Amino acid sequence: MARKKQEGYLSGREARRISRENRRITNAFEKRRKRKNVPESEYRTTMRDAGNAVEFDDLHTCFFTDAGTVKAVDGVSFEVPTGKTVGVVGESGCGKSVTSLSLMQLLQRPQGQVVSGAIRLNMGDRAYDVTKAPNEVLQQIRGNIVSMIFQEPMTALNPVFRIGEQINEVIELHDGEGRSEEDVKARTLELLEMVGIANAGGVYRMFPHELSGGMRQRVVIAMALACNPRVIIADEPTTALDVTIQAQILDLLRQLKDRINSSIMFITHDLGVIAEMADYVVVMYAGRVVEKGTADDIFHHPAHPYTIGLMASKPVVGRRTDKLYSIPGKVPNPINMPDYCYFKDRCEMCVAACSGAYPAQISLSDTHKVSCWRFHGEEERS
Amino acid sequence: MAKDNHAIENDYTPLAYDPQYILMVNRLKKYFPIKGGMISKTVGYVKAVDGVSFNLRRGTTMGLVGESGCGKTTLGRTVLRLSGGKSGGEVLFNGQEIYDLSAREMRAMRTKMQIIFQDPFSSLSPRLPVGEIIGEAVREHNLVPRNEFNDYIDRVMDNCGLQPFHKDRYPHEFSGGQRQRICIARALALNPEFVVCDEPVSALDVSIQAQIINLLRELQERYKLTYLFISHDLSVVEHISDSVGVMYLGSLVEYGTTDDIFARPLHPYTAALFSAIPIPDPDAKMKRIILRGSIPSPANPPLGCKFHTRCERCMEKCRYAAPDWIEVEPGHFCACHLYNDAAADARAEEAVSAARASGAVPEAETEVL
Repeated sequence: MARKKQEGYLSGREARRISRENRRITNAFEKRRKRKNVPESEYRTTMRDAGNAVEFDDLHTCFFTDAGTVKAVDGVSFEVPTGKTVGVVGESGCGKSVTSLSLMQLLQRPQGQVVSGAIRLNMGDRAYDVTKAPNEVLQQIRGNIVSMIFQEPMTALNPVFRIGEQINEVIELHDGEGRSEEDVKARTLELLEMVGIANAGGVYRMFPHELSGGMRQRVVIAMALACNPRVIIADEPTTALDVTIQAQILDLLRQLKDRINSSIMFITHDLGVIAEMADYVVVMYAGRVVEKGTADDIFHHPAHPYTIGLMASKPVVGRRTDKLYSIPGKVPNPINMPDYCYFKDRCEMCVAACSGAYPAQISLSDTHKVSCWRFHGEEERS
Repeated sequence: MAKDNHAIENDYTPLAYDPQYILMVNRLKKYFPIKGGMISKTVGYVKAVDGVSFNLRRGTTMGLVGESGCGKTTLGRTVLRLSGGKSGGEVLFNGQEIYDLSAREMRAMRTKMQIIFQDPFSSLSPRLPVGEIIGEAVREHNLVPRNEFNDYIDRVMDNCGLQPFHKDRYPHEFSGGQRQRICIARALALNPEFVVCDEPVSALDVSIQAQIINLLRELQERYKLTYLFISHDLSVVEHISDSVGVMYLGSLVEYGTTDDIFARPLHPYTAALFSAIPIPDPDAKMKRIILRGSIPSPANPPLGCKFHTRCERCMEKCRYAAPDWIEVEPGHFCACHLYNDAAADARAEEAVSAARASGAVPEAETEVL
């Protein structure tokens, strides 16, 4: 029995108790969200810095599963400055996608809920907290102000509609007022040309299965750009593609960013892609930000042992090593996180303070911040 | 199209066995027929592997890179005789043409050649405990006496970093990295000499990738294994391989030692492929060659050099004549008209004039979708 407990075994009674409890919590969240005629004052807020497009402030997103509560995002704070690219790196399951889905409010509901914290979105003349905004307002925000490029272009496109119809739909829904059918079509063709599809008229009439992976991803990018969003979330846009096609798509994204002047939140697990695209880098581990800074800070002066390990474990062309560094152990169980530093059990640079509480974030420079006890002073450690 | 156009050419000069090579592949072809019409007659072929030749030295690793759909996996399966018959050429494993073996002999041969599949989530039976997955083939081939069987499996699992108590668990209880270890243990339990690793790390996270790559290298040193390492991740291939073959649309375009190929890529496709690798350094400025379009259909490959539709350095003869497989430097092979010697140039010119005379038209410059 004791062994079963350790492995996460739940008795039927316990599981029922957990799901009853979960339903109570999630119902309260859902009720709040479904209210009609919410006054604007409730979700209107001010940006901490007017130069930021998005500010994540101590965001907590939880999934209330039948096996227990998973803190997928556990106190994440970072900013996306206007016109800049912020890269979010981390292994699968570290919460990088959940962070972006919290911004879009596209979490798997009712299990997934933003429990506390704020996501402030700069709308130009005002700022909204999307975690408190009701559904009608979010409908205006998604696509118009924040849009998303998904990882798998085949599943992001509907196989039974032609490419043109799918992009037209986005424009009609979000930006359709005062546009005739011809205007919408002209805009769609313009978008297809913008993402580097030479035969725009032909592709307009095609179905997704007639296109290659790279072309599909271009279509998905065109769709995300349809309403000139201020923030684009690119969730592993090149992971499913070959290196040569990846180079094409990255090149395209870089060109487009200069042309439309929006901010990009670029999520990937590939450090090479991040180095190429990002101005700022956020490294996540087990739902928390362990290190953030400019690309230069992270790649030339990595401070957190996880960042250092991640860099050392990736083979680099032109740098031959006999044996790759590998981070020992594995990510802790998300249902039952330890109360000390989450990385302690895999860390080879532990100090005495690591057995204490989770380390607070400490600034190494104006831009470079890290959560690790090695950089805290003696008095704080005790 | 006339009927006899569907006959597959099978022109190769049989190789003499050289004992330093464990695997010799000579103009190997694997075509998949396209069936059409009322009575399902063959209307064409998908040329998944089209005239590939290479020799793999004992105890070394050969990396095989290329875009998806270029035939890497089919080549890996064809040299193991896992995808039915071949369409042409020969595969000599320890000097023995494996396609000449009877079913019974092939079965005995299987213990010498194993494969680690790409996706550790779908290549393990969900209904068998791990001990059975690893041990099934060992028992089937009677490799160890029955009373030593359990100890043997424990030893194999220990070598691959698995605990003995994992034996009674089922695959769904393991993480991706652990599953890949199970796949490796399953392949190594038979004491193979040659293992095809079909993208063994592409489904894994970076930190887990490093563990698996280190494990594969350790095992290679201990058991003197030979690997054919298929991957689209060039940095992993550079790390693990002694020699590298670059594939494009069913053919090898370049083959050489890892150092040669990465330092001096000869073929324009190899150069473009390598320049597309993202480098984890924000200051690294490199001249990137961005290829236009994507890989053409292997059912209807372009005339002449298969790469000419996307090549920066395409010449007139590239459109008509397929380049020869030439040893440009010692041990460094390439199929490109840029490196032709006089004899190859003469053959190319001949092919161009012959193609022109027969009225063949190269593809118009259409956009490849």
